[in-house]
Amino acid sequence: MTTQRIKFYQTGTYTAGNRLLDDEARTVQSRLDRTNSLNSGHRACQGCGEALGARYAIDAAMRASNNQLIAINATGCLEVFSSPYPESAWQIPWMHSLFGNAPAVASGVAAALRAKGRDDVKVIAQGGDGATVDIGFGCLSGMFERNDDVLYLCYDNEAYMNTGVQRSGATPPFARTNTTQAVGKAPGNLVGTGKNVPRIAMAHGIPYVATASVADLHDLEAKVTIAMGMSGARYIHLHVPCPLGWGSDPAHTMKVARMAVESGLFPLFEARSGAVVDRTKIRRKVPVERYLELQTRFSHLFKPSRNDEAIAAVQAIADENIAMYGLLEDSNP
Amino acid sequence: MNHKPFAITLDPNSSLANHTGNWRTMKPVYVDRLPPCNHACPAGENIQAWLYLAEEKDYEAAWRRLMEDNPMPAIHGRVCYHPCETACNRGQLDEAVSIRAVERFLGDLAIKEGWRVPCAPSTGKKVLIVGAGPSGLSAAYHLTRMGYAVTIYEAAEKVGGMMRYGIPAYRLPRDVVDAEAARLETMGVTIRVNARVEDLDAAIQEGGFHATFLAVGAHLARRIDIPGFDAKRLLDAATFLRSMASASAIKLGRRVAVYGGGNTAIDVARTAERLGAEPVIIYRRDEAHAPSFKEEIAEAREEGVQFQWLRRIAKADEAELTVEVMELDEHGTPRPTSRFETIEADTVVLALGQKADTGFLRNMTGACLRDDGTVEVDEQMMTGHPGLFAGGDMVPGEQSVSMATGHGKLAARHIDAYLRGIRYVKSPSHPLATFDRLNPWYYTDAEQSKQPVLALARRRASFEEMIGGLDPDTALLEARRCLSCGNCFECDNCYAVCPDNAVIKLGTGNRFEINYDYCKGCGLCAEECPCGAIDMVKEVK
Repeated sequence: MTTQRIKFYQTGTYTAGNRLLDDEARTVQSRLDRTNSLNSGHRACQGCGEALGARYAIDAAMRASNNQLIAINATGCLEVFSSPYPESAWQIPWMHSLFGNAPAVASGVAAALRAKGRDDVKVIAQGGDGATVDIGFGCLSGMFERNDDVLYLCYDNEAYMNTGVQRSGATPPFARTNTTQAVGKAPGNLVGTGKNVPRIAMAHGIPYVATASVADLHDLEAKVTIAMGMSGARYIHLHVPCPLGWGSDPAHTMKVARMAVESGLFPLFEARSGAVVDRTKIRRKVPVERYLELQTRFSHLFKPSRNDEAIAAVQAIADENIAMYGLLEDSNP
Repeated sequence: MNHKPFAITLDPNSSLANHTGNWRTMKPVYVDRLPPCNHACPAGENIQAWLYLAEEKDYEAAWRRLMEDNPMPAIHGRVCYHPCETACNRGQLDEAVSIRAVERFLGDLAIKEGWRVPCAPSTGKKVLIVGAGPSGLSAAYHLTRMGYAVTIYEAAEKVGGMMRYGIPAYRLPRDVVDAEAARLETMGVTIRVNARVEDLDAAIQEGGFHATFLAVGAHLARRIDIPGFDAKRLLDAATFLRSMASASAIKLGRRVAVYGGGNTAIDVARTAERLGAEPVIIYRRDEAHAPSFKEEIAEAREEGVQFQWLRRIAKADEAELTVEVMELDEHGTPRPTSRFETIEADTVVLALGQKADTGFLRNMTGACLRDDGTVEVDEQMMTGHPGLFAGGDMVPGEQSVSMATGHGKLAARHIDAYLRGIRYVKSPSHPLATFDRLNPWYYTDAEQSKQPVLALARRRASFEEMIGGLDPDTALLEARRCLSCGNCFECDNCYAVCPDNAVIKLGTGNRFEINYDYCKGCGLCAEECPCGAIDMVKEVK
């Protein structure tokens, strides 16, 4: 695991801060002087996981780069809710161009900085799963294969939420969206579709690929900090629950994300130059139902009658992840 | 004249102009709840608060916080039956916090370091306390701290009451009692030993006392007669245990029958075991219905004490008791069965409870005595006689050191109010911090630290203290197992998990505040608060 877990001391490093630990063992988010890169007044829904994930990641990146950071944003929820004209919630240099071209714009910004000799300024590109795995995928792959000096952050909320919850290439099997209704013989999103972009990024052989979750703040910040300390193309895929699109209680955003990690459905790992080098172990393994039952997008798996076959299929995905990445305490991949 | 670039009509602005707080239907509110340990503490300690200070290694501050409620932590850290630990929410997670062990650590440290407690300026008023047991000492401490001149009259030759003359030394070494009592004396409490009060009214008049607190305890044993048994070999628990404190301890036979099922019976049996006898406890109900604490029974059994449950002593001859087998009805009441057995015994110790010797109160007008010798008190701990208060074992209710200590504190507050011509009203308690309000995910797994226990062979042969104290490292670890139920411990979770930056961190020790201009009321902070210190309440617009 990336971060050093501290046991005991009441909550150890499970909470954001802990007065019983040294400053260094606390998160950026627990600090009085955090940047609040994404400030109050943005128009994200109640309990938005993406707003949370963006502040977590960018605040950590700001700290890691001595506040010398430019962020390029793809179109999507994050862009729309943070920058309705003429307001901006961003407290960093921030630029938006189009839905599909954030990686290309970021590559260009990085090139311009290099031309100006500004090697102190870091470039981040960020977007939702739609912009990343579907619409901007060509630009992203180009950015990877050229190994441009950009950290790309994908906030994965598993569908096009801003436009009204349409399926994306990151939508999980069985999930109900407005384009994959829970009707017919195979309700919800089809099994066997979609793509695993962290693995595709790894296939480019770029220096650093990692997955992170808003449920594990210490782990997320550590990964962003590691990535910021490297150069070349880097990719972090963050799991960010969407109460609106997933049909979960806004208060449950962290809980939903936590259940995804603890069930094995969203494995947390790090890869360098195409090979997995580390994983964050599951602390208390839970069956996938604990994750699914919190979200109405999966309610057709439980009502009107329980769809054991589908739940078993989801469990099989989790079990495969656990085996592949070695997510249990006593397991090795 | 507009100098803006083409197609730009508005100045750039911050999202702070957008007060998203008006989306809210529910709002988070920081609360303090009553931790179950505090709720259960008979001495009224704020356990969570002193553990909080101990967690930071500020042991002196922790001890001072503890001392606001209980002047005898080293004693309670040994003999209290820790209802706090029974109530501890951590018990539902793994094992309860070993609160008593940490209390003892602080108490012992204070004795070693010689920490003292300051007193308020003198009020010029004098209070008489009768009895230097836990209740009397506790009241004396609190009243002295409030600035009263306190005099204690104690009938015995040393202070401590049941802590010296009842509880065996292997549970409570006498030097600990001496040390905590001595601290009271250095605070200015006058203690007169060998001073039995025969005429209370005269004592009050003579000393010019403005109020009196009675805490004489319950030292008179309840006795029964066993037909056919030599009265010389029929002892009572109070007399026997009391004799252990003197130079001439009562000699027992080899085979000692202890009659009763309470903690005193266990104390007698374990003491007899240490004196080389073979004790057997005879009780008319079964183990599950015995009023003694289960851990005491287990420890006694380890040491070799035998138990005869569901037996009633019917009669006796030279070397044998005839006992009748009992059975329990559906209410747990024992019924005779007319089946008899014999048990070898040359001594019988009756542990059937104790009564207060309150005969000296008969002349106090208004003081109402019950048949069992206890004195009735109102909610102010005052007897029917104005200015005459009472507490501890001599008033109806549970009889324990911690309960008595709690009575002492409560009585002190009421006496203070009485002398100032006002009425003490306890501030209302916060609602209970129940386990279901916690988010246990955040707490690390940490098993209870175990106190060292004396080897069994030495336990059975000596009165050496049986349980050892925690060392500083384990005491710290144990304190840090506290979940801080219902009270913010500044873990920064609310500050971190708010998607709207609507939680303001006020800095170390000052907790947090909600910025209601931007809080959308999602409830994440309340959900992710480990200790349940945030409530979501309906927004009233």
